[in-house]
Amino acid sequence: MNNVVKNIKSNLIMSINHVNLSFGGLKALVDVSLNIYEKQILAIIGPNGAGKSCMLNIISGIYTPQEGNVEWKGEKRGKIAPHDIAKMGIARTFQNIALFRGMSALDNILTGRNLLMKRGLLAEVFYAGWAKEQEIIHRKKVEEIIDFLEIQSVRKTPVSRLPYGIQKRVELGRALAAEPELLLLDEPMAGMNVEEKEDMCRFVLDVNEQFGTTIVLIEHDMGVVMDISDRVAVLDYGRKIADGLPKDVRADKKVIDAYLGVG
Amino acid sequence: MFYREAGQFKTSYEADQSILPIFQDRIAMYIMLMFAFIVFPFIANDYWLGSILIPFLVLSLAALGLNVLTGYAGQISLGSAAFMAVGAFAAFNLHVRIPEIPFLVVFLWGGLCSAAVGMIFGLPSLRIKGFYLAVATLAAQFFIEWLFTHFDWFTNYSTSGVITAPPMHIFGFAIDNPLSKYFVVLTIVVLCAFGIRNLARSEIGRAWMAVRDMDIAAEAIGINLMKTKLLAFGVSSFLCGLAGALWAYAVLGTVEPQAFDIIRSFEILFMIIIGGLGSVSGAFLGAGFIVLLPILLNNLGSLVTGGAISTETIAHIEYMIFGAFIVFFLIVEPNGLARLWQIGKEKLRLWPFPY
Amino acid sequence: MKNILLKILQCMLKIVNQKRFILTFSVLVSVIILSLAIYLFMDYWFFLEVFIGGLLSGVMYSLVALGFVLIFKASGVFNFAQGAMVLFAALTFVRLIEMGVPMLGAATLTMLVMVILAIAIERIVLRPLVNQDLIILFMATIGLNYFIEGMAQLVWDSNVHVLDLGIDEYAAYEIGEAFVNKFDVLAALIAGGLVLLLALFFRYTVIGRALRAVADDHQAALSVGIPLRTIWIYVWSAAGLVALVAGMVWGSKLGVQFAIATVALKAIPVLIIGGFTSVPGAIIGGLIVGCGEKLAEVYLGGFVGGAIENWFPYMLAMIVLMIRPEGLFGEKIIERV
Repeated sequence: MNNVVKNIKSNLIMSINHVNLSFGGLKALVDVSLNIYEKQILAIIGPNGAGKSCMLNIISGIYTPQEGNVEWKGEKRGKIAPHDIAKMGIARTFQNIALFRGMSALDNILTGRNLLMKRGLLAEVFYAGWAKEQEIIHRKKVEEIIDFLEIQSVRKTPVSRLPYGIQKRVELGRALAAEPELLLLDEPMAGMNVEEKEDMCRFVLDVNEQFGTTIVLIEHDMGVVMDISDRVAVLDYGRKIADGLPKDVRADKKVIDAYLGVG
Repeated sequence: MFYREAGQFKTSYEADQSILPIFQDRIAMYIMLMFAFIVFPFIANDYWLGSILIPFLVLSLAALGLNVLTGYAGQISLGSAAFMAVGAFAAFNLHVRIPEIPFLVVFLWGGLCSAAVGMIFGLPSLRIKGFYLAVATLAAQFFIEWLFTHFDWFTNYSTSGVITAPPMHIFGFAIDNPLSKYFVVLTIVVLCAFGIRNLARSEIGRAWMAVRDMDIAAEAIGINLMKTKLLAFGVSSFLCGLAGALWAYAVLGTVEPQAFDIIRSFEILFMIIIGGLGSVSGAFLGAGFIVLLPILLNNLGSLVTGGAISTETIAHIEYMIFGAFIVFFLIVEPNGLARLWQIGKEKLRLWPFPY
Repeated sequence: MKNILLKILQCMLKIVNQKRFILTFSVLVSVIILSLAIYLFMDYWFFLEVFIGGLLSGVMYSLVALGFVLIFKASGVFNFAQGAMVLFAALTFVRLIEMGVPMLGAATLTMLVMVILAIAIERIVLRPLVNQDLIILFMATIGLNYFIEGMAQLVWDSNVHVLDLGIDEYAAYEIGEAFVNKFDVLAALIAGGLVLLLALFFRYTVIGRALRAVADDHQAALSVGIPLRTIWIYVWSAAGLVALVAGMVWGSKLGVQFAIATVALKAIPVLIIGGFTSVPGAIIGGLIVGCGEKLAEVYLGGFVGGAIENWFPYMLAMIVLMIRPEGLFGEKIIERV
């Protein structure tokens, strides 16, 4: 049980205001508002099809809502190109692992660092001067992440050969490599056994505490959600039906009816 | 036994990221380079140099170019021969109009023009992928072929349509015999190979491979798809253009569009499929295979039947064997000869133990 | 009464709102305007002749494109070897006839050979590659193309063979002052008939439905008991049939020779424009390409030295690719992460 009570009045890093999102005739999100506070862990839960992934995509900017707006650090954010999202400080992992299968774990995480690197064709062709130094500096940083995630022994292995749980860790590492302010995790514990889940929880908490990263995660495992999140938002059929502290949400009747069930 | 990595620990990131981290590999590379630069010129005769080694090297360069685009960046191109043509004609036109410019600059110019054209025809890659992109490059191939055949300006209004490439001279040396041509081509190709190897281990190479493996995820981590793809087209076409210029000047001695037709494009594609996508050595292995196979078949054919089979029949059999090899490689080892080579090396690590 | 009128209006509005309708409507309007311009300012009999000639040659392209669509629809593979199959079928057919076999017998025998080829391809090429990326399968068909081309010329030979189907190639119908080649019309009718047959087959037979299922999702089709391998043999045999018909038609027109294999390359823009998964798309695409290249050659070719037919269809295809990558009638390609 996470007994540390975080200051709920910390700064607003992002607010989603009354967004409506539909695809053709299908309404994915209806009048959803959400506040994301700095340095907190927010969990978004709900039955399948409730619109959680859509919510994450709105946060990361892949989808633009038909109505409503998104504010990032107090400023309204319009439509942005996908590659600019990462530059804003938002990183994410995917539900189905989206690692680069042709590369090793180390290279995957190094690629996550690309946006912090300068590009210079000639310098890189000769692998000299600042290009070489840049490589070594960022390699060092990546090794720190590898140490943090305890995957040193497999860093040179092509990711397609790694077990599922380790792949998820590598994907987390790749997201962390960009040194994001906001980290979005789409079902990071899916398909893991108890031990792997505990490890992942530990990493998520460490990332939040050590690096001060704000985290938004979608998760189905209620134990995990209650344990590590500071706040929980519940979606059902595209609407937000609850939003608050984990213990309050747990006891909310609407949530129990729609999702949790009794017991 | 010989190929053990035991005891070879890297103590710095710099050492770990070198091109050939295993000591034995490095020795092998030095030996190979020594052979290429010092031994071959002595033991090889003009036929070997002029008809086998030089074409092999130039085609390896073109295959390297296509490997950058298709192997590293995952953008399929069926128009590599067209970009070779651009390089050849650009080089020719510059040299013929301003003969004072040194040849190396002329070749560079050929490469740069080709890079520009490559980036233009690479624009569709921003909207379409995979097979559809291959078709767009086919359009480039046919269009460019037509362009050079139909506008006399490119051939400097030559009446016969086939232009002889003027003899080269670099730094005052006349490059007119196979040996000197061999050295020039070898140096250029080796430099390019190392250059691409460097790119592959740096930020650009990783960006390309990310785009190849999953471009949506690549975008999500901040890689600008447009810039990365266009850069791939540019670098790839540069190499193809350079190869084209070399093909015209060092191999054929003429500048003609027919040398850069769709058959050539497929030939280069086959080289990287057989050699192995996404590896520098793959380009060389594949080119070697494609260059040597017809010669082997011809010699075998005349040996076995004493000249009873016509060259035409041999050509048909060649087609069949090429096709069969492509299918074979795609089934058995989609990563080509390079991967087979890697597997061989891994087995060598354990030798004399089986596993 | 008012209700009925309202319903009709609603229906019309719904139709008008669909994107495809707007597209075809605007195309029709521009065609009408263009025709008026041509009527008023140009030699319209000549134009008509070129136009119809283009349409008819377009039908011949569609014939080849059809073979591609079949295989692509059923397995998602772009069969680059279709051209080689056309060549092989044509060569086999014409050589059998030269050896004295009556036409019907030759056709049946050739069809048998194509079925054997289909079985061989399924066993040797498709089966081992079943789980691979489609791009690998595509490259395998490039290899197959070379193999079949070599084999066709090795087994038969590489001379030009005249194929006489008993139709006079030069007879023409006269429409006003425009001449329309009789043979081309016949080819168009054959192609049209084949298309109709195939369209009906896909829609209404059990095998047709199974083919569509396989095209959608191999694994899912397998899981409901559709025998993938048998389906593929059917499909490739059907493509073989189309190849035979195309070979007969093209062989009559051009003579059976190696150049036929390169006709397949022309089919690619047809597919891009029409959409890879659509049988009517192959027809419309063929018409557009045939028309477009003839008209461009005649009216624009003069300005730039001629022979634009070689690349004009590809440029058209590229433009379509940029605007509507799935082609006029193709299915939208959706990618999920």
